Amino acid sequence: MLDHLEHLALVDFRNVEGVERLQKAIQFADQLHEVDTEGVEPMDSVLEDRCLYLREDDVTEGNCTKELLKNAREKIEEYFVAPPGNIPLPKLEERETFLQRS
Amino acid sequence: MLRASLREVSAALKEGRVTPTELCQRCLSLIKSTSFLNAYVTVAEETALKQAEESEKRYRRGQPLGVLDGIPIAVKDNFNTAGIETTCASNMLKGYISPYNATVVQKLLDQGAVLLGKTNLDEFAMGSGSTDGIFGPVRNPWSYSRQYKEKTPPKSSSENEESDWVITGGSSGGSAAAVSSFTCFAALGSDTGGSTRNPAAHCGVVGLKPTYGLISRHGLIPLVNSMDVPGILTRCVDDAAVVLGSLAGHDPKDATTIQDTFKPFELPNLIDVRKLCIGIPKEYHAPGLSSEILALWSKAADLFKDAGAKVIEVSLPHTCYSIVCYHVLCTAEVASNMARFDGLEYGHRADMNKSTESMYAATRREGFNDVVRGRILSGNYFLLKQNYENYFIKAQKVRRLIANDFVKVFGSGVDILLTPTTLSDAVPYMEFIKEDNRTRSAQDDILTQAANMAGLPAISIPTALSKRGLPVGLQFIGHSFQEKQLLTVAKWFEKQIKFPMIQLEEVKRHDCSVFQHQKSVSFL
Repeated sequence: MLDHLEHLALVDFRNVEGVERLQKAIQFADQLHEVDTEGVEPMDSVLEDRCLYLREDDVTEGNCTKELLKNAREKIEEYFVAPPGNIPLPKLEERETFLQRS
Repeated sequence: MLRASLREVSAALKEGRVTPTELCQRCLSLIKSTSFLNAYVTVAEETALKQAEESEKRYRRGQPLGVLDGIPIAVKDNFNTAGIETTCASNMLKGYISPYNATVVQKLLDQGAVLLGKTNLDEFAMGSGSTDGIFGPVRNPWSYSRQYKEKTPPKSSSENEESDWVITGGSSGGSAAAVSSFTCFAALGSDTGGSTRNPAAHCGVVGLKPTYGLISRHGLIPLVNSMDVPGILTRCVDDAAVVLGSLAGHDPKDATTIQDTFKPFELPNLIDVRKLCIGIPKEYHAPGLSSEILALWSKAADLFKDAGAKVIEVSLPHTCYSIVCYHVLCTAEVASNMARFDGLEYGHRADMNKSTESMYAATRREGFNDVVRGRILSGNYFLLKQNYENYFIKAQKVRRLIANDFVKVFGSGVDILLTPTTLSDAVPYMEFIKEDNRTRSAQDDILTQAANMAGLPAISIPTALSKRGLPVGLQFIGHSFQEKQLLTVAKWFEKQIKFPMIQLEEVKRHDCSVFQHQKSVSFL
């Protein structure tokens, strides 16, 4: 479970405090189960009774490649550069060595 | 001049009693001499002076753009500003320069306002103290007021005095401190669970959280999309109405802003409260509410009663679950929102090139503080397939019950709800940091976040000084999109109570070794 969660969140939290904090957050949230919500519809938005505004599907902005790339640390020509993909995050026990090797 | 309200200084500009450049320079120099407050993260001196110069030209031509022309303002550092760094007080966005202005920032600039700089906050606005950002905590200007010093004599040496300073509340603490210490005439904050009203209460300024959907969120770096609203911090209610009028309205770039046209309004001077029905929600008498605030609250209710308003006790039965519900919805939306920070397109990127995922993980470990990582993690937990129904959907159902509580009370003829904003006055920093962020937020947002759950407009009004000489605020909550009524009632109340002005002492008296360079600079 913790591995899965860490993988989803893409943050390291695997220390005692991190796990403890998560446990406390869950305990706190568990109070919700005291509330009877039988037959209550979940509420997504406070504006649910209004029509959602949709603008015309027209291009209004663009040609800002340069500006958008300005904030990226690694890029080649007009591309953002990412390290090799499709390599899953190693399990905790292999993590240490994996991280050190790079 | 710097202590004047926005409307007063605007009149002074119009009459030529002061020029925009003079005003801007005086604000900038006060920002420098009060920099120990840590209210500003970035001071945009050069662009501010340029904007002031432009404004001056317009005044000289006799064609100012309106009330805001030449008015120095500050903006919380989670609103995008073109050409000025936007950090969210996080390593993740250190050095980030947005290519565009948030709609609210653009609107202020279009009306001639002078942007002095960006104000300090909790990292990504997650907190209630303005203590958890990478630039360090914001100090409450009232810590250095004569009022506080007289009531709370320093324990003995100057060493102790240094630890006596109190927090601003948060997360918009920098904006609240900036308005309170007279370095700007209005500031933008953001309010997801109370982040504008809480620091407003602690810093003795007016803090308005408008109805969800009234003001554009475009360019406000999102925390909880279904609750975030830009907040307004000013010295008085009239000023809040001016700023609201300049910001409200539909934005094609934010689909959650409503399309009804908003008519800017001025508040009447003569206000009759006799036809009003003020509701006092009994659940806001929450555990931990200080007796002092309780007394002020009932005194305020009496004030309305004596003026002929109908004051009744009402019940919002699901209030006590609101903070729990908020916790689940907030962390869930945070988890999904924060997914955008991966190091590729902008912001911090770790030196890890093993794989995309390891680069993401390292970037996020280095970029986010414990609080942000903790919320991402719990949010992901509540969103797990096996927990989704049990926590996330459950919280959304409870949210409806909370919103319905308000609908029922307002449907029964109540115009405005009157509640405290915070449980107590501001605590010293040394005391505040003894508890972790989640616990603190759960306590500090308890009276404010329900308005966000229901999307309602709410305003905190500085009401009185506590026994310790610190500001206490009371909160008014109104019907959706009925800002005019809410602000009118708030203005009436503000007039009755005559909240004292902060008496700031000279900086040199309280500077410590860390701030040696500011010695002998006086406050005004």
